[in-house]
Amino acid sequence: MENSNKRYWKGIEELTNEPSFVKNIHNEFGNMPSENDAKGEALVDGSGTHRRDFLKMLGFGVAAVSLAACEAPVKNTIPYLNKPEDVEPTIANWYASTYTDGGDYASILVKTREGRPIKIEGNTLSSVSKGALSGRAHASVLSLYDNEKLKGPQAAGKATDWKQLDAEFTAKLAAVAAKGGQIRIVSNTLLSPTTKKVIADFAAKYPTTQHISYDANPAYGLSAAHAGIIPSIDFSKAKTIVSVGADFLGSWIAPSEFSSQWAVTRRVSSEKGGKKDMSRHYQFETIMSMTGANADYRATYKPSQEGLVAVALYNAVAKLTGAAGIAGAAVKVEHLDKAAKDLVASKGASIIVAGSNDPEVQKIVAATNALVGAYGSTLNTAIPMNYRQGNDMAMANFIKEAGAGKIGAVIFYNANPVYNHPMGAALATALPKVEVSLATNERADETASLCQFIAPDSHFLESWNDAEPKAGFYSLTQPTISTIFKTRQAQSSFLTWAGLSGDFAAYLESNWENNILKGGKVAWNNALHNGVFEPNAGTVSASSPSVDINAAAAAIAKAYSATSTGLEITVYEKVGLGTGSQANNPWLQEFPEPVSKACWDNYAAISQPTATELKLKQGDLVKVSAKGYEVTLPILVQPGQAQGTIAIAIGYGRTKAGKSADGVGVNAYPFISEINGACVGTCTQGVSVTSTGETKDIAQTQTHQTVMARQAVVQETVLAEFAKNPLAGSYKPRVKTSEGEKDATDLSLWNGHEYNNHAWGMVIDLNTCTGCSACVISCSAENNVPVVGRQEVINRREMHWMRIDRYYSSDAEVEDLKGLEIASDNPEVVFQPMLCQHCNNAPCETVCPVLATTHSTEGLNQMTYNRCIGTRYCANNCPYKVRRFNWFRYFQTDDFDFHFNNDLGRMVINPDVTVRSRGVMEKCSMCVQRIQEGKLTAKKEKRRPVDGEIQVACAQSCPTNAITFGDMNDPASEISKLLLVEQEGRAYHVIEEINVKPNISYLKKVRNKDAKKA
Amino acid sequence: MFCKKSTLVKSLLSFAILFASVSATFAQDAAEGETLFKNNCAACHNTSDEVLVGPGLKGVSERRPIEWIVKWVHNPQAVIASGDKYANDLYNKFNKAAMTPYPNFTEPQIKSIIAYIDAANVAPAAPAAGAAPAAGTAAPAAQSSGGMLEVLLVGLLIIMVIVLIALLSIVSTLSKITTAGEGSIEAPLLQRLAENAKALAANSAVKTGILVLALLLGGKATIDAAYGVGIHQGYAPEQPIKFSHKLHAGQYQINCNYCHTGVYAGKGANVPSANICMNCHNAIKRESPEIQKIYNAIENNEPIQWVRVHNLPDLAYFNHSQHTNVGGLECKNCHGEIEKMEVVEQRSSLTMGWCIDCHRETDVNSKGNAYYDKLVEVHNKDSKTPLKVQNIGGLECSKCHY
Repeated sequence: MENSNKRYWKGIEELTNEPSFVKNIHNEFGNMPSENDAKGEALVDGSGTHRRDFLKMLGFGVAAVSLAACEAPVKNTIPYLNKPEDVEPTIANWYASTYTDGGDYASILVKTREGRPIKIEGNTLSSVSKGALSGRAHASVLSLYDNEKLKGPQAAGKATDWKQLDAEFTAKLAAVAAKGGQIRIVSNTLLSPTTKKVIADFAAKYPTTQHISYDANPAYGLSAAHAGIIPSIDFSKAKTIVSVGADFLGSWIAPSEFSSQWAVTRRVSSEKGGKKDMSRHYQFETIMSMTGANADYRATYKPSQEGLVAVALYNAVAKLTGAAGIAGAAVKVEHLDKAAKDLVASKGASIIVAGSNDPEVQKIVAATNALVGAYGSTLNTAIPMNYRQGNDMAMANFIKEAGAGKIGAVIFYNANPVYNHPMGAALATALPKVEVSLATNERADETASLCQFIAPDSHFLESWNDAEPKAGFYSLTQPTISTIFKTRQAQSSFLTWAGLSGDFAAYLESNWENNILKGGKVAWNNALHNGVFEPNAGTVSASSPSVDINAAAAAIAKAYSATSTGLEITVYEKVGLGTGSQANNPWLQEFPEPVSKACWDNYAAISQPTATELKLKQGDLVKVSAKGYEVTLPILVQPGQAQGTIAIAIGYGRTKAGKSADGVGVNAYPFISEINGACVGTCTQGVSVTSTGETKDIAQTQTHQTVMARQAVVQETVLAEFAKNPLAGSYKPRVKTSEGEKDATDLSLWNGHEYNNHAWGMVIDLNTCTGCSACVISCSAENNVPVVGRQEVINRREMHWMRIDRYYSSDAEVEDLKGLEIASDNPEVVFQPMLCQHCNNAPCETVCPVLATTHSTEGLNQMTYNRCIGTRYCANNCPYKVRRFNWFRYFQTDDFDFHFNNDLGRMVINPDVTVRSRGVMEKCSMCVQRIQEGKLTAKKEKRRPVDGEIQVACAQSCPTNAITFGDMNDPASEISKLLLVEQEGRAYHVIEEINVKPNISYLKKVRNKDAKKA
Repeated sequence: MFCKKSTLVKSLLSFAILFASVSATFAQDAAEGETLFKNNCAACHNTSDEVLVGPGLKGVSERRPIEWIVKWVHNPQAVIASGDKYANDLYNKFNKAAMTPYPNFTEPQIKSIIAYIDAANVAPAAPAAGAAPAAGTAAPAAQSSGGMLEVLLVGLLIIMVIVLIALLSIVSTLSKITTAGEGSIEAPLLQRLAENAKALAANSAVKTGILVLALLLGGKATIDAAYGVGIHQGYAPEQPIKFSHKLHAGQYQINCNYCHTGVYAGKGANVPSANICMNCHNAIKRESPEIQKIYNAIENNEPIQWVRVHNLPDLAYFNHSQHTNVGGLECKNCHGEIEKMEVVEQRSSLTMGWCIDCHRETDVNSKGNAYYDKLVEVHNKDSKTPLKVQNIGGLECSKCHY
């Protein structure tokens, strides 16, 4: 507390000192299982072993050891018969490819070992994604090895072969076509120009074919306001960013790309004459989104006011620019006028984005953007973004037609509208009326299981494909493994059904050579090598769409109300799980949501005052109903959410996705309403919440691993003060000694270490860390971090080596002790990545009785699993609580059914990292396997490693480059330069007062807020 | 893929052998030539006049002009097609089996191969042994420590026997004195011995002594056995195909890297794939039943299940290239004299103690490697001994365990 004039807290239970919190605060790994045994929830554990069992085990163990000693099992080594020239066992190959999932896009590099993809990283050659990847893209490699995908084509629910399926399906299709029956191909956004050409070829053969695309979380309103296109957005040019409900850093359209642009404007330097200005970010929203958590100024509104907020913002801007205002009921939203003032002041470098899918709201926003000169700078209509092409009206129309029996045949091309469309239930009842139905979905999911045929598409890592994320920016997907199951990529299927050659690889190459590259084999090979081809670099258009704002305002006046008193539902997309397409991915299920820190569930999030009003508390199971649809959910109290609203995440409540997804949470898609012809994620009428009287724990990691009562954890300041003095808000701990007061870091019991070779270190910039947690998944993939499941997370035993601590701060004055106990309605938020700090005076090293954790000559705190006997003394003594204990054998036990208990799932394991067994401690190793590999490469080439050549998984995956890793002994390295500049500025160590001298430094957070009036 | 650095040690060795008879530049050529020859030509050609798959190459530089050889190596088919008489005769002589073209070889490279062939015929190929890098001492050291223990035990045994004899003689003298006092007749020797033995057996000190000794020996045997668990030194399993390293690596001197393609490049040395066998055996000894097994494997698309000889536990990370390529170690440092093994066996214990011993004693191969320059400089400031692996963190846990 002494370091700051603020008080930080991670959860309301901490703030109010709830008994459960107080009991667990000193209990890092949760309760002994006996307590959970009573609930029947605990898994078997050592402490429950009885004496007889122990003797049995002992006897068996002795017998087993003596048997093992007699003869070692014969191990075989099986080489290739015909080794491909470019595959060398134990040496990784990297291939440039493209990740697409619906409209989500990233240009990627795929690391393969012995022919199997094991890790995905960003491709920095792409000027679109710039090497940024979302957690979902990182996790998609695990989805490749999902054993619950279809193993081959199916007809009428029975396995068939491709030849038969092709024959039967084309016969039926031809019959429909002969009658002139309507044929529909339903897909999510297709980024691939060549796939669209394939569909056109298919439509040429069956002329009644129409392609309908929709998106689970659509941006139809935005494209409707821009005459069918979405202009490309560039936050990096913005000085003022205003978001009306758009979670653009977390889940809106292309969050990773936007994050890297946003970070450019948020980076500051303590250097004399260094960059001391940053963009100002205003967020108006209903939920506490990750983007809102990163905003400088934030205010809330109810979903029923959303359109009017846009109108009010337009009017405020219009007033300042002298344009005519429009009619609209007044809504009171804090900071709105201030935002308008800043927008106008930074004209030409301002941007307003809105998350609403209502075309009328987007029209008003487009008009506001035109007023502040956004088009031509932050918005560019000359290069449209293709990420969301869904047409809500066409999709709704299709479902109505299907219900009326007007559709002859339908092909669901990797689309699951029965689950992820608000009218899914209607479609489910309509499907039997369609004569011929086929799905290319990878599994027999909610939609595919209702179709007559399933022709499973291959995973994107097994396929050829291309993408055009923005007009003129092309990207290629190449297979990095041959198909695991008897799947066939959908494009080949379409071509086969159209009576053409099913060789899509050749089709793709010829289309590229003739229409995209306009070059021969060399150009093709180059594009394939680079993964991207970007002939359209620089056209900018300042033209803004012409919209009838008065008509829009009139439509808004009808659909929205300034003074709604009832409860309202807002439906949102989570940063981790997204729309639920990868719901059967355990990495994503166990991904702690950046703001709520909850995993393995969705929940009804409400604000504290609303909870009090409804007499509900965290964990109460309630029935939420609206529009004749009812779900049962636990309550999660979310600081910062708008009063009178309930927020429910989509992506959950799958019923036919697989073991990890089925029955986890509830489906929130049916709550989505139709407003002005588009699917808008709100429900403002007739919402009721009733308590069931039961409770359900939410697996929430927010107050796990607290740093006890130590407070010098987060440091922050505001820009105005930082510009004057880089040390503003910094805290240098001092201690009193017999020789007077000294810096805490000047006193030490230890002699320290000398690093002659390398000194690895890391700097984490709290200013650019958005909390997106892509690093968490990247780390898990790189380091074989196991998934433990919902109950074990509740037992406080999650295994993530890297956690993103989210701190709320109270706005009450520090002296106001009473005020501090009340959770703030709209708290400020800080995200802090926390991992092993690799201390130079490491408290863990001194307490290990078997020297299993030691210090290296390169500054790493080493953890030796084969030496560890599991006393957990080190974890006890770790001030940062970053050590994790293997309570179970997570990789071979069927109790942990998260892909790692079968051979297929285990194919994702990184062979260079030991799979830890039960009973040992583990923690961040600073990707020592990558350090060793990088050093070896340098040694082989007889040189020193070059800065940037060795990258740890988290730093590599950070979309905003908030993490800088490198050799602090190398004066030319980025980290050395950064520390040199920030040493007398923003750099600090967490809990510096205990002087453990970490090798990880943090850079103080700077908010672009006005200085407090003294 | 082959790596020139990889054979640095070997090259230096041939350099030393050849230095006496030929000029330095010539030897360097021959050294390069040796690498090239062993990696590319040795599968089909001998340096002597012995026919392997193709003709023996002894005196080839005299038989044909260099221009012709270059043309031939770059594209034999073209030379044959050009109607060259010598080429066509050769082609027909070897049953119309054309040589693999090597269009990437430069003329100096081809010349260096010829230089090597000539040099090999001047000084008959000396066995590559004799290079005794510092690391070579590791294995003998381990063995000698075992030997010391045995010597110690035998010594102790001898001392104990002497003590026993001394004690017995004292006992007999004492009993002699006592019986002499009583004036009885001396009992026969056998009876006396039996009585002594009885007395000895009744003595509790002796009993305890024997018990303690038995316990100690038993304990040692148990500990030795326990230490032996998981150590498979001398393990030489029968392989599905009776491949002889003695023949391939010993007699024909095929470079290890020719088959074990990863040994200088990656973590694993790699057991060769069947297509590498086929590089030669599509022509050589096709009728052999053992080689037929390879054909069968390829025809039936069933990979050959070799038995793994060297098994490191998964918790230990070992990288071949670090040791061979960077460290400059010979394969035999750890694997023993593979070229003399009919069936490969595990020569070293592969225990952590064995690794550590070597890391303690081995000098870092830092010469000419800029990675180590600063480290050597810092080390030499306050030390006179050369930089050892242990001085740069070679004993740290996370060098092998992560």
